[in-house]
Parts: sequence; structure tokens; C-alpha cells
Amino acid sequence: MAWIRKDLLGLEDLNKEEIELILNTAESFKEVSTREIKKVPALRGKTVVNLFYEPSTRTRVSFEVAAKRLSADVINIAAQESSVRKGETLIDTGRNIEALKADIIVIRHSASGAAEILARNVSVSVINAGDGWHEHPTQALLDIFTLKEKLGRIEGFKVSIVGDIAHSRVARSNIWGLTKLGAQVTVCAPRILIPPGIEQMGAKITDNIDEALSCADAVNVLRMQFERDEENAFPDQLDYFKKFGITEERLKKAKKNIIVMHPGPINRGIEMSSAVADSPSSVILEQVTNGIAVRMAVLFLVSQGHDQKNDDIN
Amino acid sequence: MFSLMKEKARLLDKETIARTLMRIAHEILEKNKGIDDVCFVGIRNRGVYLAHRLAACIKTIEGKEAPVGALDITLYRDDLTLIAAQPLVRKTEINFDITEKNLVLVDDVLYTGRTVRAALDELIDFGRPKSIQLAVLVDRGHRELPVRADYVGKNVPTSANETVEVRLTEVDGKDEVVIIEKD
Repeated sequence: MAWIRKDLLGLEDLNKEEIELILNTAESFKEVSTREIKKVPALRGKTVVNLFYEPSTRTRVSFEVAAKRLSADVINIAAQESSVRKGETLIDTGRNIEALKADIIVIRHSASGAAEILARNVSVSVINAGDGWHEHPTQALLDIFTLKEKLGRIEGFKVSIVGDIAHSRVARSNIWGLTKLGAQVTVCAPRILIPPGIEQMGAKITDNIDEALSCADAVNVLRMQFERDEENAFPDQLDYFKKFGITEERLKKAKKNIIVMHPGPINRGIEMSSAVADSPSSVILEQVTNGIAVRMAVLFLVSQGHDQKNDDIN
Repeated sequence: MFSLMKEKARLLDKETIARTLMRIAHEILEKNKGIDDVCFVGIRNRGVYLAHRLAACIKTIEGKEAPVGALDITLYRDDLTLIAAQPLVRKTEINFDITEKNLVLVDDVLYTGRTVRAALDELIDFGRPKSIQLAVLVDRGHRELPVRADYVGKNVPTSANETVEVRLTEVDGKDEVVIIEKD
């Protein structure tokens, strides 16, 4: 099995074998971060540009660390402060970065589909680091990697995703990835935060948190994105915690070894209690560590992918 | 596309491989005056199995165990951007400190020397061994870099359209070394 894609835009496009290749490659890369010299020369002389149109610390830093551990040079562009303000389009920005002879662009954008538009218009590799409400493939891959590490495999296990599903690219990418690998996914949120089309993606829906927890092997808790609640339609924070917050009491009724995940940043006391976030069930910090290995694997693989290169432009 | 390959000669069989490894084990003990401070690191894939076998030989001779690690050199290759067939990145596992050790690097076939160059670079990132020695089951010549093995199972003059294939029970179901000729 070889990787042939120039880009990583989402998990919807990938087949099971491609997802497994990324996970297996990440397993090898994880060891690099345990060395005294945490660096390998695989991407020496390559330039990785982090093009972030949305504020992000953890994903950007994770990609930056991953690229540096592969010996690539990293340029960070916070696009809010750049010539985007002067009216440059995404495609023009991409072509300018290409003209700088960069090799990989990691893009975060608030518009769904932005990564794909960029990928179609440049010949360098593009990695989607989150586009609108669409996909955030590397986050889902690191969630799945962490689960696989804990459970040994994904197939046959039950994963519940709790929280703001409607505005969550993390949820979408997780549903694609997990179902392709044979897990059963349940999403749990207030009805207003469940978008149409989720069932067609292969996930079950509930608005009862105890039901979502009762038979789950893992629960992935998403952040409530109150900043996106422009119409003031979200439930009140306290109310949400009462109905959906993950607490020790609720986990007592769940499977004993249930794994608690969260992509961060955590709002303690809203999505989950502090006690749960710091409990032995929580793998939140392991997710951060695994994120480096997964992103190293993705950077390495797309740098090896050749197919569409040059075919897609013009 | 697959080119037609035919097996030209069998260089080593199960018994000769076993005897060869035992002889190399004795040479390693002789050169290092025992086994203290010696560790083995095999290059993936088959070098790892050979490293374990050498360590096992040493155990039967000296009754002492030497640590064995595995090295995947993919990320240190000098042809990463050139090779058509994409290499699979496998795990490097060296769970001991190599600093101040006499490290025996083990591979199945020594050819251009480029794999060894990559392995040396990677090992140095793990620490500073007292020495690195190279053990190979077959040296087939055609070096492109100034690399020489300290322990050689068998020197085999080959031509460029031949390949040497080491088959080991752990991966291939049987022990043998054959020369294969490309048509």
C-alpha cells in the first residue's frame, strides 16, 4: 500500500487502507519524539507553510513541532494580519506561497472547502488543518490513533461524540474515519446542535447523554463553541452542563474502562467536570502527544505523494 | 513492471548460515574481549533477525545476554525523493543507551554502502557509542561509499544485474541465501 495523494483534505475521500497507512506510519514516528535528539532528516530542505486564517494555537504548534522534528523549515502566516486584509484572494495567496518554492501548505480557514479550493489551484501539497464546519482530518486521525493505541483496534468498538456536532469539523472527520474503520458512532447533543445528514454518514443520534454513555467504549467530548452562537440559540452554559456535561456520576453508569477524549481547549465545568478531565479515564494529553506523530506521518506521506501533482493546475 | 528473475545459485543453506553466524559470534567476542559493553542493532528488516541470532549465539558461548535493538533507516535515506516505490516507515526500537557501548550494526547484505551510511547517521542521533562495528551475512561488492564490514559471513562477487537475496525463517519461512539474475 503506497500513499499517492498530493493532499490531505478530509477523511471522507480516504479509504480504509489509506487511513490505516497513516495510522501505522504515525506509530513509527511516535518513537522519534522519545529520542534524546528528537529529529530525523526526512524532510530536510523542505519548506512547510502554516497558513492560518483562523486563530489556532494547538493545531498550529502541533504542525510546527511535527515539521521541525522532520527537519523541515516552517513559516507561520497568520492570515488575519497579512495581505488578506489588503484584499488578496486565497488562490493568489496560495500561488504566492508556491512561488516562494514552499513544498507543503497547511491551511486553516473558516470557510468549508477552502483547503480543496487551494489544493486545486496550487501544485504544492495541501493539508487541511480545519475548514469551516467541514473537516479537520488530522484531529480525527489523532483521536483514532489514540483510541487504537488504547483498544488495540477500532473495529467493533462504540464511540460516542458529545457536544456541538453542528459546528464541528472534528465530529465530521471522526464520523468518517471511525465508521470506515468499523466502529459504531453515536452523536449526542441538544437537537438544535445536530445538523441534518448525520445519519447518512453512518452515525446514530441521541439527545440523551446517559444513553450515549451507557454502552460506549470511548466518548469524544467536543468543546461548546459559544463564540459561534450568533443567533443566541445555544442552551445556557449551566443548563448544558446539567444535561450533557460529563461528570464522575455519569461515568459511574458507563463502562468501567471508558476512554474520555477531548480535542481541546477544554471548558471545565461546561462540557466536562474538572474531575473527569483529570481522571485516569482521560487521555486528553496523550492526544496532544499523539498529534505530533500523526502530523509527522501526514507531512511525510503527502511529501511522498506524487499523483495529481501538476495535473490539477489549469 | 516485473522483470523476469531466475535463481542462479544457492550460496548458503540453513546449516551454513547457522555455522557462519556462530563463527561471526566468536569473532565479535574475540575482537571485543568478551561481551560486556557489546550491544547489537539490526537494520530492518532482516538485519534485526540476524542481530537476534548473533545475540543468541553469544549466549550459548558465553551464557550472557547482549541487548538487541532494531533500526529503520527510511527517514535517513539519501534517495527519499527519488525512489519510485514508496518505502514504508517502520519502527526504530532501541530501548537501551548506546553511549560508550561497542555497537555491532547488523545487516543481511552489504552492497552500495548507502544503507550503512544512513544507519550510522541515525545511530549517532541516539548517542555516542565507543565504537560501531559492522556485521553482514553477505558482502556483494559494488560499494559507492567508503564503507567496510568488520565481520563478513561470505564475500560474493556479483555483477550489477544480479541480486543477492537473504531469506530467513522468521520472514520467508526458510533459511537460505541465493543469487538471482535479472534477464
